[in-house]
Amino acid sequence: MNLDEIQQIFFQECEEGLATLEGCFAAIRGGADDPETINTVFRAVHSIKGGAGAFGHERLQAYTHSYETLLDLVRNGTLALSDDLVGTIIAAFDVLSDHIAAARDHEEPPADAAMLERLSAAATGGPAPVAEVAAPEPEPDPAPVAAAGDGFDDLFAMFDDESTAADEPPAWQVVVRPSASALDHGGEPLLLIRELVAMGATVMSVDTSALPMPAEVEPERSYFGWTLSVPGTNDEAAIRGVFDFLDGDVEVTRLVDEAAAQAAAAAAEAAAIDALLDGIVSAPVAEVVAAPPPAPAPTPVVEAPVAAPAPASAPNPAPVAAAKPAAAPIPPTQQTIRVELDRLDRLVNLVGELVITQAMLAQRLSENGCPPIDELTDLDHLTRELQESTMAIRAQPMKTVFSRVPRIIRELEQETGKRVRLDVEGEMTEVDKTVVERIGEPLTHLIRNAVDHGLESTDDRLAAGKGAEGVVRLSAAHQSGRIVITVADDGRGIDRVRVRAKAVERGIVSADAQLSDEDIDNLIFAPGFSTAATVSNISGRGVGMDVVRKNIQALGGRIGIQSRLGHGSSFSMSLPLTLAVLDGMIVTVGEQTFVVPLSHIVESVRPGQGCVKRMSNNAAVFDVRGTYLPVHRVADQLGIVGAATEPAEAVLLVVESDGGQGVLMVDTIQDQRQVVVKSLEANYQAIHGLAGATILGDGRVALILDVDALISRWRRDNVRRDLAA
Amino acid sequence: MTSQSMHKETRVAITILTVDDSPSMRMLLKAALVDLGYDVVQAEDGVDALETIDGAAPDLVITDINMPRLDGFGLIEQLRVQDHYRTMPILVLTTESSDEKKQRARAAGATGWIVKPFDPEKLAAAIRRVLH
Repeated sequence: MNLDEIQQIFFQECEEGLATLEGCFAAIRGGADDPETINTVFRAVHSIKGGAGAFGHERLQAYTHSYETLLDLVRNGTLALSDDLVGTIIAAFDVLSDHIAAARDHEEPPADAAMLERLSAAATGGPAPVAEVAAPEPEPDPAPVAAAGDGFDDLFAMFDDESTAADEPPAWQVVVRPSASALDHGGEPLLLIRELVAMGATVMSVDTSALPMPAEVEPERSYFGWTLSVPGTNDEAAIRGVFDFLDGDVEVTRLVDEAAAQAAAAAAEAAAIDALLDGIVSAPVAEVVAAPPPAPAPTPVVEAPVAAPAPASAPNPAPVAAAKPAAAPIPPTQQTIRVELDRLDRLVNLVGELVITQAMLAQRLSENGCPPIDELTDLDHLTRELQESTMAIRAQPMKTVFSRVPRIIRELEQETGKRVRLDVEGEMTEVDKTVVERIGEPLTHLIRNAVDHGLESTDDRLAAGKGAEGVVRLSAAHQSGRIVITVADDGRGIDRVRVRAKAVERGIVSADAQLSDEDIDNLIFAPGFSTAATVSNISGRGVGMDVVRKNIQALGGRIGIQSRLGHGSSFSMSLPLTLAVLDGMIVTVGEQTFVVPLSHIVESVRPGQGCVKRMSNNAAVFDVRGTYLPVHRVADQLGIVGAATEPAEAVLLVVESDGGQGVLMVDTIQDQRQVVVKSLEANYQAIHGLAGATILGDGRVALILDVDALISRWRRDNVRRDLAA
Repeated sequence: MTSQSMHKETRVAITILTVDDSPSMRMLLKAALVDLGYDVVQAEDGVDALETIDGAAPDLVITDINMPRLDGFGLIEQLRVQDHYRTMPILVLTTESSDEKKQRARAAGATGWIVKPFDPEKLAAAIRRVLH
């Protein structure tokens, strides 16, 4: 539905409103003056005013404002409903009808000056207090404030323009003191502080003096105060706007440095300033803005002519500045800019290409025996920095995802009858937009899983000596170049005996399989696994944890479980910060070059004789300090010929995967470097065992191994073999 | 569970309950909020809102003040006495930005206010200031 269509509905409402008014007036003429009738009249006019404002019918809006002002006085009992007043109100109604018709038919608004005067006279004609309300103008509330604000902008524009045309205007100091009750009714001062920080503010100090002893801290009281420094390019109204909802005190002051103030004052025309000051001092906002801390705002300006010639640190010479005293206000600084995603992605792509080209150049030069060049090293650094900055543009806080969780929890509470407390940490942690977009679904599943399967019923919790309220903890944090998102509960934990029995029953593992606790926990992620005795509405609907793991893997991530029976479970998802680049180890298998994501690699080993034990024809295990890990030959899995077949001639990479640790066998390690990931799906098609491709420094294409897929495939093959045996 | 709520699971978005007796204002608000990426549930007045809110489980309520049956302030008062909605963010739509009106809204238990007429930027800023 477009704006025009909505506007048509607005005019229909106006018609309805007018009909309602007619009805009320008939009743009033008949002697009705009950509050509800008056209230209905007020509401009808008020609604029309709201819509008129929304659709930009200014004259209609102004007219209804005056009309409403008078009706409000009747409604609140300030004015008694005399015959005369009823006459005025009904006469005003006719003009209102004309106004609406004109707005609807795109015609000139009716002449309403006389009627406005009559409304205003009727409003002021009442008892004493009325005069205050209706005195100044048809728009009593916003007008004076706005005017004063403009005056200030002009003043500061003059300061800025003349003293620091090239420099930034002096910074603002903002002192925020939320009242103790600032958190009531859903208020959250921290959101406001963050918004200010997003405007470029720096927190200078935090006032904790109101903080009581830990035992006395009430979680729903606000105890902190903040002092922030905000770049002077922000305008004061914008800064104050941030704290509009705050229950508490906010002081905004310019940190005018003395020299700059004097120079500015010298350049300004005294008369213009005086005029402005007159306006400002009488305005209600004036007291809020005191310029330099030692003296109130007007002082340096008034003293200015005296001190003028002295420091002159202003970048512009005074005469030039003085020549344009009535300079236009500087345009407000842009805090954000909207960019189409396509453009951004193209930039990311181009930077990726640049990284590759830079690497190719470096390699070509070194191959040709060129000695190290300083500029090339600089170029390398700059490229990397450019890449990081570009990636940062795509970064978004996890908050966008986490903010949906409270509602899911509320729904789950209703569905399950369990009581749940949600603790959230690290919501400002930034990750790539793609991750933010695609983590929602697996995260929701984990949350549902935690409440539905993880947490016990209230009775069971009480019986187990736990609090009635279950706790679900959600956190995000950066850990060694990855983001780790954890969903933890303090519920019953994983019952490994049951999980194992179920897995055997479902044919996922053989009854005599040797499984560590970790192996058993990971069975939850096996396709077709579900431990819920009764399939519940919430998480047991056939979409299992295997889908969660697939989603995480699709993001280049891994998921792991930690669980203690009776104490709860914790699911940790470890994801790359960006999907566009990864640090990889470049390896050779046969004549092929592959990239193994570094995040998977635990260590690389050249095995000695006897470290690798043959199990059967094809299977082998590698002894890593007493633990036997399955050896997986990359060549066999991907059908590559000419690769080393004996572990003794090869290099073994111990890798971490979703299916536990494993060993990949490759021929040699070439190098370790950052590569730009190119999607196989987008350019060719998805291939099992491969996560993507990249272009190496020498221009050749190398495929990126999907370690999780390779290891799990090995396991599955082996399990099948076990079952077949 | 209905297919609709199953659908919700895969598409978790922030839901906002808007309360306004004027259909055109409701539509205008909805259009703007949907543009900003929010799910919108609508109620026609305070009574309607009280009936809708539990099912809608919104993350935020935006309510007009002047409405028949139960006005915005009355709605907020009734919500605030329920433990579940004690600290939920509630924004009121007001046509005036006077301190008196703001004080009144705050006393009634509103988290903040949006002064009409609003534009998407103003709406987004107000929501950002109350919603995590």
